[in-house]
Amino acid sequence: MCLGIPSKVIEINEVHRTGRIDYLGTKVRTNFALLDDIRIGDWVIVHAGFAISRLNEEDARETLDLLREIAEKS
Amino acid sequence: MAAANEFRRKKVIDALIADIREKKKALPSPCRIMEVCGTHTMTIHRYGLQSMLAAAGIEMVSGPGCPVCITPGEVHEAAIRLVTERENVILATFGDMTRVPTRLGSLQSTAPARGSEVRIVYSPDDSLDLARRHGDKEVVFFGVGFETTIPSIALTARSASKEKLSNYSILSGLWLIPPPLRAVLESGEVRLSGFLYPGHVSAIIGQEPYEFIAREFGYPGVIAGFEPGDILLGIRSILDQIRGKKPIVANEYRRVVRPEGNPIAREIMEEILEPKDACWRGLGLIPRSGLRLKAGFAAYDAERKHDLGIEARESDLPGCRCGAVLRGVISPPQCPLFGKKCTPETPHGPCMVSFEGACLVHHKFRGPGS
Ligand code: SF4
Repeated sequence: MCLGIPSKVIEINEVHRTGRIDYLGTKVRTNFALLDDIRIGDWVIVHAGFAISRLNEEDARETLDLLREIAEKS
Repeated sequence: MAAANEFRRKKVIDALIADIREKKKALPSPCRIMEVCGTHTMTIHRYGLQSMLAAAGIEMVSGPGCPVCITPGEVHEAAIRLVTERENVILATFGDMTRVPTRLGSLQSTAPARGSEVRIVYSPDDSLDLARRHGDKEVVFFGVGFETTIPSIALTARSASKEKLSNYSILSGLWLIPPPLRAVLESGEVRLSGFLYPGHVSAIIGQEPYEFIAREFGYPGVIAGFEPGDILLGIRSILDQIRGKKPIVANEYRRVVRPEGNPIAREIMEEILEPKDACWRGLGLIPRSGLRLKAGFAAYDAERKHDLGIEARESDLPGCRCGAVLRGVISPPQCPLFGKKCTPETPHGPCMVSFEGACLVHHKFRGPGS
């Protein structure tokens, strides 16, 4: 239910605020009513069929850079 | 963003552990960190972080962060009574919920009344579909969850009301995460050095609701994601906070958690739900720790609609120590039934049923004798 792996938005029905995401290769029906301005290609966190947060790619990159830096220093 | 591998790479994990070990050396006292969320518990054990951290002098303690587990026995029993005593009821719920043992058996093991049945759903939306499709049945969605799930359940109530569905209601266990943390701290029952706050609850509520823990109680804490790298970055931050004697609510999961959380989700919660005093398994009655549908949506509240008369009492079955596990007072192997009478095949309490339950996670990743 709470898996923390981001999924990619692949289909949006603007009227119903629903659509589909690709979760590790599986297409899953998703409700987007909890997010504003969702677009195809966005990465989202989905919980029990509802997208609850959109991934911020810049922050993701910063965290990845930090991890790489720590790994290189060791 | 498939770069998730980086968060699990051995070299990254080893480097973080080495760094944590160094940081810990500079601190005199033992270090015990509560991971509040059951999904954190799962990552910690799946990737063997528990023992690596223990070797670095850091003990992880599981907290009350499994909604299936903290929902008290009487609520599970109300669901069982609904479907076994009333005809033509479809009880829709998440998969784990059907196996929770109670004094009346489990949803899965008891025989439904004539025309009634239990259906497993993946999303609250699916339960609405059932109500639309089965106009001749009474559909009750048995939904429990924390702030992560609550907005979607609130939306479901709103849709039902908009569509004027008369055969739909929700038997809910809607639990808020900050109040039990206050309860754990006020009881003084467990010695702790800091908190790993749940990432996806925080995606909804943001940072502010945890501030009292740093301000009033002086404990460091960090919002963390669910990859091994996320958790170790979080622990590193807690150690820095202890060392600098500056407890704050840090956010190491910025890619998903905004400081203000998800305002749309919070607005929907406020529109449809109101706080109530709620009983937690193991923790008892905690003021304003739960939510219920506001009066305008009372027609969709299964407890009121079906007059369920849910009364609080001791939740655990005889011998089960889930309550103590959920408070962080004992770890699962300290329960005398763990791995003996109580196994994933023959669970004796919800902590051995839910995939976020501490007992199941211990049993699965560390074995019955761990
Ligand atoms: S091991 Fe089983 S009986 Fe013991 S606390 Fe966990 S769920 Fe309850």
